[in-house]
Amino acid sequence: MNPFTPSAPAPFASAPGPTVRAVHDEFHGDLLEVSMGPQHPSTHGVFRMVATLDGEQLVKLKPVFGYLHRNHEKIAENTTYLGSMPYTDRLDYLCSMSTNWAYALAVEKLAGQAVPERAQYLRIIMAELTRLVNHSCLVGFLFNDLGTSFTPLLYAFREREKIIDLFEALSGSRMMCNYQRFGGCRVDPTPEWLAAAQQLVDNFPRFLDEYERMLTGNEIMLARTQGVGRLDATHAINAGITGPVLRASGVDYDLRKVDAYGFYAQFDFRVPLGAHGDTYDRYMMRILEMRESVKILQQAFKRLPAGPIMDPKAKLRGFRPKAGEAYGRLEGPKGELGFFLISDGSPNPYRYRVRPPSLINLTLLEEMCLGHTIADAVVILGSIDIVLGEVDR
Amino acid sequence: MSDPVASPTPFPAAGNISDAEREDLRRHGILMTSLEELHNWGRSNSIWPLQFGLACCAIEMIAAATARFDIARFGAEIFRPSPRQADLMIVSGTVTKKMAPQVIRLWNQMPEPKYCIAMGACAISGGPFKQGYNVLKGIDRFIPVDIYIPGCPPRPEALLNGLIQLQKQIKAEQLTGPNAARFTRPEEPSEFPIPAYGAHDLVPTKNDAVWAPPTPEAKA
Repeated sequence: MNPFTPSAPAPFASAPGPTVRAVHDEFHGDLLEVSMGPQHPSTHGVFRMVATLDGEQLVKLKPVFGYLHRNHEKIAENTTYLGSMPYTDRLDYLCSMSTNWAYALAVEKLAGQAVPERAQYLRIIMAELTRLVNHSCLVGFLFNDLGTSFTPLLYAFREREKIIDLFEALSGSRMMCNYQRFGGCRVDPTPEWLAAAQQLVDNFPRFLDEYERMLTGNEIMLARTQGVGRLDATHAINAGITGPVLRASGVDYDLRKVDAYGFYAQFDFRVPLGAHGDTYDRYMMRILEMRESVKILQQAFKRLPAGPIMDPKAKLRGFRPKAGEAYGRLEGPKGELGFFLISDGSPNPYRYRVRPPSLINLTLLEEMCLGHTIADAVVILGSIDIVLGEVDR
Repeated sequence: MSDPVASPTPFPAAGNISDAEREDLRRHGILMTSLEELHNWGRSNSIWPLQFGLACCAIEMIAAATARFDIARFGAEIFRPSPRQADLMIVSGTVTKKMAPQVIRLWNQMPEPKYCIAMGACAISGGPFKQGYNVLKGIDRFIPVDIYIPGCPPRPEALLNGLIQLQKQIKAEQLTGPNAARFTRPEEPSEFPIPAYGAHDLVPTKNDAVWAPPTPEAKA
């Protein structure tokens, strides 16, 4: 088959189609087991796939995790509430700002802490800027997996550097921002910072147009992604998949609309939805979400109120919430990112649990990949958007 | 060093010529060098790192390779996915006990001469995750590390600085004589024992030939 013609939609993996034959068939040659990772050229960290191949086609795929298990939850149970805020930066190291916010949300719920209006707006600005960083880098990585050898990633990192510079000016660190606090934010941006951020956001659609002009209609890209790695809505819902991967399958579920946490209810934006649930839809989802993020950011800059950034009643030192439990969640760039905390009244949580979107979105990797070639498995993995710091924790 | 002008031999050896004289010759279009220098110059400016990211620092490593920082200026932009083609291993991120055997296996698969950069607090000492039960407290417990780059994560500029330090180290290497570089001496090990991922910890927990626990300094 000519690999450059768009293939017919592959049979959905859970119902074995004609291309997937029985594993123990002595007339069709040996099956080959390939261990991909933990070191491999696709840029998704230390993730290992043990793939069983029939020729080039996958008949079985076993993901192996744990190469980056850094004991995040146990460390957090042995440190104070505020002390684990920097660790949340390292959870999803591409989007530290929104991970910070998810943790702050959970603790604020636990302690019944109010957040001033300006801080809510700042949080939305940071979270959406983070979404721009994450999605643009993800598209770069995805194309790396498709074999473009770094070029789209250079464009993505050019934009990322601009946003990261803003984060650094604000928080002092490029990647590990440690910006949110329980009851507000740490630093108030100056008017110059806001003007620079506004300018960046105004120019961002130009970058997106440039990016799309290069990538979206690309013939090789269409052949490699359309109909590849399909995931239907029922399966996705049953597996607890969230975020752009779920919405690519056509399920209208965005926590920014469902929960309307923060001040998202006051913003006018749309939730893009896919129709096929294939890799191409997952790619388009990211591009469309970035365009919506730009809209949210422009509204936020316009309406950003003056006022304090920390609640005056917020307590940073000697913080001891009452005994109880709370689950705080938000729509991270990768999906529903949640923190579940149980407090026994002591300065550190009794139980600290992360609901990582990357890990849960990975659970259907085998279903998506079966029947495709090994080269497609890498692309499908790229389109799920995982970060190993969050998968293994 | 004796003054070459006053030297009785009319053609002094290259090693005895002073830098000022060499500069003087260069102005006249004559380049003088030794094979060793030429060899080190070539090698230090074409370091091929292993394309291999572990955690957060890997993102900054990628950032160092992109247009703004452009590691290609130092000849190290060719990230090789295969350890057989790589000269430099950048251990960029937390090495867990599950990952450590694979890192050492990759190091063993790299051909000599090879160098190792421990990038970030985690690779140096376990960093913020040091208290974790699954985190190796520094990759230098198992393999020799040439350059340590502190930071969490280090900025791309810091990685570039580490690379420049490594280049200086390579340029100062000698190929012959008593102070010859490590890779020229056959008795020096090129491969290191790979620890097993045991029930509680790595077995053994460190390579005694490479690393010894620091002795506390006596109080003055």
